[in-house]
Amino acid sequence: MFRYVVELDDFKSFFDVLKEKGYEVIGPTVRDNAIIYERLGSFNELPIGITDEQERSAYRLKKRNDKALFGYALSPYSWKRYLFPPSIKLFEITKKDGIKIIENDYDGKKLAFIGVRACEIHAIYIQDKVFLDGKFIDPVYKKRRDNIFIFAVNCITASNTCFCVSMNTGPKVTFGYDLALTEVIEPNHYFIIDVGSKLGEEILKNVRHREANNDEIKKAEEVVNNTAKSMKRSIDTSDIKELLYSNYESEYWNDVAKRCLSCTNCTMVCPTCFCNNVEDVTDLKGESSERWRVWDSCFTNEFTYIHGNTIRSSTAAKYRHWITHKLATWIDQFGSSGCVGCGRCITWCPVGIDITEEIRALRSKR
Amino acid sequence: MNNPYIPTIFSIRKVIREIYNTVTIEIEGEERFLPGQFNMLYVFGVGEVPISISGDPTKPTIIHTIRDVGHVTHAITNLRKGDSIGVRGPFGNPWPINDYEGYDIVVIAGGLGLAPLRPLIYYLLANREKYGRIILRYGVKDPASFLYKRELMRWRGRFDLDLEVIVSKADERWKGKVGIVTSLFSTMDIDPSYTAAFICGPEIMMHFSARELLNLKIDASNIFISMERNMKCALGLCGHCQFGKEFICKDGPVFNYKRVERLLTIKEV
Ligand SMILES: Cc1cc2nc3c(=O)[nH]c(=O)nc-3n(C[C@H](O)[C@H](O)[C@H](O)COP(=O)(O)OP(=O)(O)OC[C@H]3O[C@@H](n4cnc5c(N)ncnc54)[C@H](O)[C@@H]3O)c2cc1C
Ligand code: SF4
Ligand code: SF4
Repeated sequence: MFRYVVELDDFKSFFDVLKEKGYEVIGPTVRDNAIIYERLGSFNELPIGITDEQERSAYRLKKRNDKALFGYALSPYSWKRYLFPPSIKLFEITKKDGIKIIENDYDGKKLAFIGVRACEIHAIYIQDKVFLDGKFIDPVYKKRRDNIFIFAVNCITASNTCFCVSMNTGPKVTFGYDLALTEVIEPNHYFIIDVGSKLGEEILKNVRHREANNDEIKKAEEVVNNTAKSMKRSIDTSDIKELLYSNYESEYWNDVAKRCLSCTNCTMVCPTCFCNNVEDVTDLKGESSERWRVWDSCFTNEFTYIHGNTIRSSTAAKYRHWITHKLATWIDQFGSSGCVGCGRCITWCPVGIDITEEIRALRSKR
Repeated sequence: MNNPYIPTIFSIRKVIREIYNTVTIEIEGEERFLPGQFNMLYVFGVGEVPISISGDPTKPTIIHTIRDVGHVTHAITNLRKGDSIGVRGPFGNPWPINDYEGYDIVVIAGGLGLAPLRPLIYYLLANREKYGRIILRYGVKDPASFLYKRELMRWRGRFDLDLEVIVSKADERWKGKVGIVTSLFSTMDIDPSYTAAFICGPEIMMHFSARELLNLKIDASNIFISMERNMKCALGLCGHCQFGKEFICKDGPVFNYKRVERLLTIKEV
């Protein structure tokens, strides 16, 4: 594979080139003390020289002592919000002059995602399976998915909650990108660029670049390898399906239930969680009504309510369902794990429940 | 691309009040379906719910039987002739009746569970020569709760269908049997090694019925049940109807008993 070098100054022009090609650029930026994925006007809005420190129930931003653009690990946001929006109108129906349904066009703008991590690419491909590969295709997801450009990033730093190495999903980007970069900061600030698609090649053509030499390529490899080595958390995935299937009736779930608040945070931040609900909103005159689809969570009582009865009413059953889905039933349903090891659920759980520790504990109880 | 979230709007041709809280509606429009499948029914501004198809699969009609238990079903049971209703479907796996030609067929219904089984019975009667004995056992709460009463009477009059009913709670006028549906199993004249059973009703009733059929030496792989879970999309995309690894909407609602037997014994799956 050919790899290219783009210097820091030239990197800025990716923004212009993507915009010229009709893309809206979505990338990391600092907002309210967090790095989120938002519409970016320019290069300057990237989290330059900022990193994130993550631990169980802890997230904070810190200054780095360099000017790295992608020197943080992971945003609480995930790209799913752009492909599977938190809320979207499915259709509108009016009965003014006879009943009529007005379809929504689902807004398939061309979006360029800048800064997509290896685990996040896996997450997108996992949601592809859910929304595009079944008997029914989700038209909302499809419309958006067809129009994205993925500019991936090899991680130069892992947070304390990352465990992608054990899930085989990172930190090196291996597929599913148009362009992928590795940021090298010392001694000179430049980017090693991999081309993953024709589209990527076309975009790169318009940005000043040169072929990378062996030293530079080696340096880039080294950076990701170091990230992998520095990773602290892991899940032992051997026989994980059997582990969970044989533990439906374990007492252990009651132990988790003592801690879990059923707050739904873990499902909201998870890049693969796809559950959703629908809501009908009617105007005051009762002449037209809209049907909206919104994110939902298996941690609510309403989620499994059927006449007069919530099937999973205990927190133990809710947590068991969630973790069993992520790590076991997902494999039977969609052919892969539903967890990519991004660690978001660990960082954002208010009581510090840690999926890696829960699995470890469950194994030791066996 | 075809948008699977968009219902087709039809008007209601006929409403039949079955019992105090349950109606059968006939919807204009045609649909080909298989016994055991369901539709999503949408009421303007109110919501959408999964409802089994209870009509005759040999005719392209859309017929449903709905019990008023909440928000949307209340709205549906209050619709009148000429009102509109949205329909998406048909969804789900049917009763695998074609796999059992030549077999004795046992149909067990509890309460509203007769609705998704009625298309199966229509089908069996329309193809009567292809099957052995046909046995229907139907249990309801009380004598006021029988669905499709006139049809039941008609079926009772046939020599090629063995139908018995039972109520859990009798009133003064009830002269029939009292008890649970499984107490009607001993009178079934079947060849257990060539029998398939199709069960629908409350989960606990299906579970006990299946157990009892196993005792009668019917093989678990020839027993089928139809399951219910909260369901929003019927497309396998909303996640609500998961039962272990199964999505009730697309892997069910009809399941082979063997496949779900273990999960049925676990609480809150
Ligand atoms: C495959 C399938 C076939 C069904 N067939 C029939 C039928 O033929 N006739 C019939 O009367 N009912 C049938 N039901 C049940 C029917 O869908 C529910 O009674 C209905 O969804 C209740 O909605 P509601 O708004 O009236 O009740 P509410 O209690 O107001 O609903 C609140 C929430 O609970 C959900 N919910 C409540 N009860 C059920 C339930 N039993 N199953 C699924 N979701 C539920 C609703 O979707 C909603 O999210 C079937 C359900 C399934 C899954
Ligand atoms: S389960 Fe947790 S670690 Fe796994 S993908 Fe979801 S948020 Fe990330
Ligand atoms: S595991 Fe943590 S984040 Fe998830 S619902 Fe429970 S308390 Fe909330």
